[in-house]
Amino acid sequence: MKYIDEFNDPDLARRLLDEIRATVTRPWALMEVCGGQTHSIIRHGIDQLLPEQVELIHGPGCPVCVTPLDVIDKALEIAARPDVIFCSFGDMLRVPGTDRDLFRVKGEGGDVRVVYSPLDALELARRNPDGQVVFFAIGFETTAPANAMAVHQARRLGLDNFSLLVSHVRVPPAIEAIMTAPACRVQGFLAAGHVCSVMGTAEYPDLAEKHRVPVVVTGFEPLDILEGIRRAVHQLERGEHRVENAYPRAVRDQGNPAALRMLEEVFEVTDRNWRGIGRIPASGWRLADAFRAYDAEHRFDVSGIRTEEPAVCRAGEVLQGLIKPTECEAFGKACTPRTPLGATMVSSEGACAAYYLYRRMTGGPDRQGSRIPREEMNPVG
Amino acid sequence: MCLAVPGKVVSIDQRADPLTGLIDFGGVQKQACLEYLPDIRVGEYVIVHVGFALQRLDEESARASLELFEQLGLLEEEFGDAWEQAARQESGSEAR
Amino acid sequence: MADLATEATAEAAEPAVDPANWTCPAPLRDQPVVVMGHGGGGALSAELIEQVFAPAYGNPTLAALTDSAVLGMGGARLAFSTDSYVVRPLFFPGGSLGDLAVNGTVNDLAMSGARPAYLSTAFILEEGVELAVVERVAWAVGAAAEAAGVTVATGDTKVVESGHGDGVYVTTAGIGLVPDGVDIRPQRARPGDAVIVSGPIGLHGVAIMSVREGLEFGVEIASDTAPLADLVAAMLAVTKDVHVLRDPTRGGLGASLNEIARASGTGVRLRERAIPVPDEVANACGFLGLDPLYVANEGRLVTFVPPEQADAVLAAMRAHPQGAGAALIGECVAEHPGMVVVATGLGGTRVVDLPLGEQLPRIC
Repeated sequence: MKYIDEFNDPDLARRLLDEIRATVTRPWALMEVCGGQTHSIIRHGIDQLLPEQVELIHGPGCPVCVTPLDVIDKALEIAARPDVIFCSFGDMLRVPGTDRDLFRVKGEGGDVRVVYSPLDALELARRNPDGQVVFFAIGFETTAPANAMAVHQARRLGLDNFSLLVSHVRVPPAIEAIMTAPACRVQGFLAAGHVCSVMGTAEYPDLAEKHRVPVVVTGFEPLDILEGIRRAVHQLERGEHRVENAYPRAVRDQGNPAALRMLEEVFEVTDRNWRGIGRIPASGWRLADAFRAYDAEHRFDVSGIRTEEPAVCRAGEVLQGLIKPTECEAFGKACTPRTPLGATMVSSEGACAAYYLYRRMTGGPDRQGSRIPREEMNPVG
Repeated sequence: MCLAVPGKVVSIDQRADPLTGLIDFGGVQKQACLEYLPDIRVGEYVIVHVGFALQRLDEESARASLELFEQLGLLEEEFGDAWEQAARQESGSEAR
Repeated sequence: MADLATEATAEAAEPAVDPANWTCPAPLRDQPVVVMGHGGGGALSAELIEQVFAPAYGNPTLAALTDSAVLGMGGARLAFSTDSYVVRPLFFPGGSLGDLAVNGTVNDLAMSGARPAYLSTAFILEEGVELAVVERVAWAVGAAAEAAGVTVATGDTKVVESGHGDGVYVTTAGIGLVPDGVDIRPQRARPGDAVIVSGPIGLHGVAIMSVREGLEFGVEIASDTAPLADLVAAMLAVTKDVHVLRDPTRGGLGASLNEIARASGTGVRLRERAIPVPDEVANACGFLGLDPLYVANEGRLVTFVPPEQADAVLAAMRAHPQGAGAALIGECVAEHPGMVVVATGLGGTRVVDLPLGEQLPRIC
């Protein structure tokens, strides 16, 4: 496939790795913001190929991981209603609320459906005029234009049986929160390429300047990720902190103007809770007043649901890059992908799940000396 | 966060509202909303996420990126010594 | 920090994040009801067997957890297996429910090295389903049985009320004879064994997904559903010392290899570039966010054979129509017992874990 195969070339990857090795002279901690990048890094084993000095911290850019518990509880309550067809992207079905997940609601008779696109949910609303169709509108800036279009179309077509349960989050406020957190270790960011395909790069120069960190807009194929790392390390070694676009084939500085106009019309900025992290000001979107009638929280009167997140694990610190997963006392003991204590262990893109797999194989001490208990290294039987 | 993949625009249904086109992902074809790229043409490549074309892929930029990577390799082969290469980078001289 | 985002206003003067309050919930994993993942061929399926069925009627024969049981009867060794088929839609590119019902059970028998001989069929029909549909499924069963060289020896039919079924379900059981000197089971995997897959993977799963409601996409791919007993016979003609056979259906190659690694206490090491993944499968998985290693196959097998036999077995497989695309994809190792590790194209490694349940399209 054009634009994928070329950017997987092992020879060019080796050249990029050699260049990174030749450039780096001391330890640097980079955060890849996006869960898709984490996935690619683990899938291709990129973290194992980098020189020791380059540490990748997996960021909070997995929408499934950060969707707050109270929103999931609302989704579960709505999905269990007999008059509702509840539509979701597939990876949300597994994420647990307080005492169950969407799979369980489906198993108990709820009409829960996986859709590929929010427009598929809209089509279901058209074909089921007597039922209520609710779409679970999660995601970052990349996904928001699609969900905005769905509700915009619903209003245009007069599909009053369609609504959105909105939990959109935005990247720049999360970067701001990470950088202002005490003991922040992140020295450079690989910004999420597809977020920037929509939003452009205008939000980043201020962040780079204020916190004196390089921000490199980075793609998702192995060569893209290595190039993002190469440029970030290059800047750090030279004491620079600029915004660079290492994914120019898919990112224009001005973003996508048509998508930005739609976002402007349909959504407005709001504070959001991030699962495991807490409230980040101005870090999300909700439906603007003109579209409030399509807000499932109001339509189904679930806005009263409040869920405290009990203190059990340290996923928040992992999501902030403050500790490595292996430094959590529960890691690999009480907390495994099959018995997750935290969101970072739930999703396959989550930092803890990624670490669990890799460390379990190597079995040895990681760079900071943590060790995985024997029984987890030997999961026979 | 965002699984988005490149695909080639095979056809565009100008009458569809929202604007819709058929995208080919290397032998796999699926409709996508083109409303956010209203001037896209058949034969161009787009990046698609949850059924929406979000951005046009720029061939020239892709080629330039790959050429840059190739040049890194050439430098490596030409000078062999990583220190020398780093010094060259440090002095700001771009690869040819 | 428990305030609801939607009620939040711009009064955002409070500190952005307070590390002392960073917390994470403790979700429940154990499901008190059956969820779709229990049928996904992954960890949830295994737990269902271990926690519900094995305690209720477990015995040494069942404990082997092989695709088919091998039983000693009257001096002969009989392979015995049963499987239910609930595919939707009933007809899909490259096959139908009827093909799966025959080939699936035939292949389960073949994975013990047996020559399948007789099948039973049980149809569960939903009130209101068109007879023409039942007829098409029945004829597909007949044609598939003939192609596989088995006889449908007995059968049963039940009808359930409208809304209590999904059109047509078929259950088949089968028996076959295991040749003398053949002992094929997951426990026999040994470090050094060559790991061979019989052809391109992921075709069945992608073909089904392409016609599934809500997901439809266009692709020139047909299910790989096929009987494999003849291919297995060709392999056994080279050597009776085939250690392991498995048909990677639900859960795909990834789940099968994990089961073999766990059963034998060995590790499996694969070379990613050697695994035959058709472009269409890779690209369909690409845009859905799936891993081809976990996508179902219905006409493929994976085998572990002693290294000195690998070339000859591979050649015999490639000479057979069902094994024309066979490839050596890795080896069995003593390291990382119970785990499957892939050397990536870039030279790194990643672990292929047992999937939890069914794979879902993802957005991130």
